[in-house]
Amino acid sequence: MIPAGFDYEVAESVEHAIELLGNGEDTKLLAGGHSLLPAMKLRLARPALLVDVGRLNDLAYVKEEGETIAIGALTRHKDVASSPELREHCAIVSYTAGHVGDPQVRHRGTIGGSLAHGDPASDLPSVILALHGELVARGPGGDRAIPAGEFFTGVWQTALAPHEVLVEIRVPKLGAAGWSYTKMARRAQDWATVAVAAVVHGNGSVERAAVALTNMGATTLRATAVEKALVGGASIDDAAALAADGTEPPTDHMASSDFRKHLARVLTRRALEEASRRSGRRARGG
Amino acid sequence: MRRVAFTANGTRHDLEIEPRELLVYVLRDRLGLTGTNVGCDTSSCGACTVLVNGESVKSCTMLGVQAAGMEVKTIEGLAHNGELHPVQQAFHEHHALQCGYCTPGMVLAAVSLIDSGAATDEAAIRHGLEGNLCRCTGYHNIVKAVADVAGVS
Repeated sequence: MIPAGFDYEVAESVEHAIELLGNGEDTKLLAGGHSLLPAMKLRLARPALLVDVGRLNDLAYVKEEGETIAIGALTRHKDVASSPELREHCAIVSYTAGHVGDPQVRHRGTIGGSLAHGDPASDLPSVILALHGELVARGPGGDRAIPAGEFFTGVWQTALAPHEVLVEIRVPKLGAAGWSYTKMARRAQDWATVAVAAVVHGNGSVERAAVALTNMGATTLRATAVEKALVGGASIDDAAALAADGTEPPTDHMASSDFRKHLARVLTRRALEEASRRSGRRARGG
Repeated sequence: MRRVAFTANGTRHDLEIEPRELLVYVLRDRLGLTGTNVGCDTSSCGACTVLVNGESVKSCTMLGVQAAGMEVKTIEGLAHNGELHPVQQAFHEHHALQCGYCTPGMVLAAVSLIDSGAATDEAAIRHGLEGNLCRCTGYHNIVKAVADVAGVS
């Protein structure tokens, strides 16, 4: 399979990329290409111009900024997975980046590319949503921070404006909070059939909980009924039973909608059990 | 068309290619390096794995123009002065192939895994090769071969 023809420009800087984005409506940014190129090969995406930002190495970084960890949008999954800062302070991100696709995908794919693609079946959107992370977009007018809860707007749709470039992802240090990313996929290379990101604060009783679901709708979704039940003192079993409430997951070749609802309940229970085991101590992620 | 210069197996190439040409077809059709197989063509199977700047990459999911300035290594470039690379030698000794279709990609994925230092035990080797499928399901001998080179049991 070969993509349809397109023009190709290499961006020399973020500002140059923003300028190139202004040239036409049918322009896409190319980072690692591991979401976009498969879509282009299937002719599901046919941009007229590809702007290659994959060589902007100054956007590949992980750094501590007070209580926040800032991740450059062009940081490759393998570098997110091995980042000492993330493994120490926000291990759900490094763990999950280490389980995106397979090693070849992680060598090329970037955290920003994965998030900006807005695929409801990809892993990192749920993690950033469960963390209440922020996505920093740069456009002709400067930078703006978009809360994760407002970023994902539909299948392959995000709040990024046509001339904006995602430059940074900001996540909080987790301290003693428990976390889990629990995924069901038939093969390593597959998108998650369903997955659950859970972040639970509190020792003994739950003070705050965030649960986000992968591939249960048009975007990653918060399982708010589960979160409320946990804070209200419900057991993990009782809270997890609410995981599919209000969702309308897709039916496709991987799973039926009903099976996805079943998986959401089971995986939410497992994720909460794992998060609860990790809560109250500083667990290092794999 | 776009002018692209990169190194393949130590030889510098300066080519005129279309931006939509995938690296695997640039290697196979323009450079005649047909040792890199196309399997699924959907970045699932890993048969087309090559090394780009030393790291395993599925060459069906990378544009030729993205390789500009980079060092690409294919299975043809692995042996040195007529001596098989240790991973190739181990695949031979452990009979780590049946039909052989996945072998070039599997060998290069293994080289990348071992060079990264992540081949620390059998489980890590299996996890590290998860991007490569063997339709003959000959995984046991493949894992043995990689473990042998990595010096783990």
